Amino acid sequence: MTEEIIIAGFGGQGVLSMGQILCYSGVMQGKEVSWMPSYGPEMRGGTANCTAIISDDAISSPVLTKYDTAIVLNQPSLDKFESSVKPGGLLIYEENGMTRKPQRKDINIFSIAAYDESVKMNNTKVFNMIVIGGFLKVRPILELENVIKGLKKVLPERYHHLVPLNEDAIHKGMGIIKQEHTIE
Amino acid sequence: MKELRLMKGNEALAEAAIRAGADAYFGYPITPQSEVIEYLMMENPADRTGMQVLQAESEVAAINMVYGAAGCGKRAMTSSSSPGISLKMEGISYLAGAELPCLVVNVVRAGPGLGTIQPSQSDYFQAVKGGGHGDYKMIVLAPATVQESVDYVKLGFDLAFKYRTPVMILSDGIIGQMMEKVELFEQQPRLTEAPDWATVGKKPGRDSVIVTSLQLQSEEQEKVNLRLQAKYREIEKNEIMYETHQCDDAEYLMVAFGSCARISRKAMEMAREKGIKVGLFRPQTLYPYPYEALNKLADKVKGVLCVEMNAGQMVEDVRLAVNGKTRVEHFGRFGGMIPSPEEILNALEQKIIGG
Repeated sequence: MTEEIIIAGFGGQGVLSMGQILCYSGVMQGKEVSWMPSYGPEMRGGTANCTAIISDDAISSPVLTKYDTAIVLNQPSLDKFESSVKPGGLLIYEENGMTRKPQRKDINIFSIAAYDESVKMNNTKVFNMIVIGGFLKVRPILELENVIKGLKKVLPERYHHLVPLNEDAIHKGMGIIKQEHTIE
Repeated sequence: MKELRLMKGNEALAEAAIRAGADAYFGYPITPQSEVIEYLMMENPADRTGMQVLQAESEVAAINMVYGAAGCGKRAMTSSSSPGISLKMEGISYLAGAELPCLVVNVVRAGPGLGTIQPSQSDYFQAVKGGGHGDYKMIVLAPATVQESVDYVKLGFDLAFKYRTPVMILSDGIIGQMMEKVELFEQQPRLTEAPDWATVGKKPGRDSVIVTSLQLQSEEQEKVNLRLQAKYREIEKNEIMYETHQCDDAEYLMVAFGSCARISRKAMEMAREKGIKVGLFRPQTLYPYPYEALNKLADKVKGVLCVEMNAGQMVEDVRLAVNGKTRVEHFGRFGGMIPSPEEILNALEQKIIGG
């Protein structure tokens, strides 16, 4: 198993930490992992993205141009990365703020209303965990218990009381993700 | 006990410095290397091992602080990124001339000038051929993983003290910024006794010691140069490191170092899927360079592609190694652009297989 993922959105949406949580969860499950952020000026206000790779085998390149999965959380990211999904791959997009739908017919497409759900949970900070939940529902590559362990590694200890809230967010995400397009 | 962590290359390197028993770090922030000094400041190793960490007023000050600490026999290091390393070059030449050990880390970004903060390998010449003045060499270690960023800190200090010479770790923005699984080595003790060449005061029973790179008598300066050259021959004999991937049945060869070797490996996997028999040769030491090993491999292949994030620097050493046995071509992206595995495979097919 090798899953090559690009996660992209606005700075502040938790894009980089999503990738870190997935990678640390992979470490907890005995996988090889690699995480590579964008660190340019785009981080200061534009789009931020990171590549996360989780694999059973040693990982060659940490930087890629084609991905098994793209998780896009804003319109510029959808515009930039829709064409980078491998044929037969997966695209997940956040509904909120999108002005157009993805066009590809050769990939599986899912939408998630993670922002609205986070508002319902009275905590928009769990937005990215809702998205992670949605992703893991579609691609169950990691055990939930390992994701919780990974989350504990990424979160400083003083925030560990928030782990149950984040776990709840993952479950919410698993429940609300919707399939928009299936490859014929 | 060994620990497994997920760490950024820069942070892992900083942690490795503490564990390698470094006495002092002197630095000045610059993207994409600032996490080294940030991590050390956060970690406050003075409490853990007594290691001193100081943000100097400039890169020039930092390298001269390294000179001072090294002159006292201490394990001292500094780190920066390309424009900052250029500023340190005078100091590195003095350290080499005075035969002082130290570790210098360059997390390379694209130049020339201030260039951009994105990754590059365009400081190969500066590191390997001597960016400062005078006939000196610096051992240059090129990590391709976060794990190697850690391991080379320990190795770098060991080599620096073994040969009393500056050692450079030539990282780049990819290796520095990426996170990978890393196994940290156990805490090493700091040196407690000053080596006999260290300037720590003339106590009874201790000969006086002078650390200097100045010899106004040419006869004496030539002796210094001959001693340095003899040392460099020893380094070339003992310290070469490289890695080969799928070279046994290879009809074509790619040569790449650092992060470019990782991307080239992906291109190699893609080529193998298409039935193209290509191998990868990765120098881990850029000085001393693995000329002989590469020369032997050149006997068996129909062409060599050197892949770099620069306009063609290591390719000159590849050509020296191959020595006309087979064709050598270069493929590079620069200015902070990262070549994709697809582009590298395409270059291999166009320049080497079809060329």
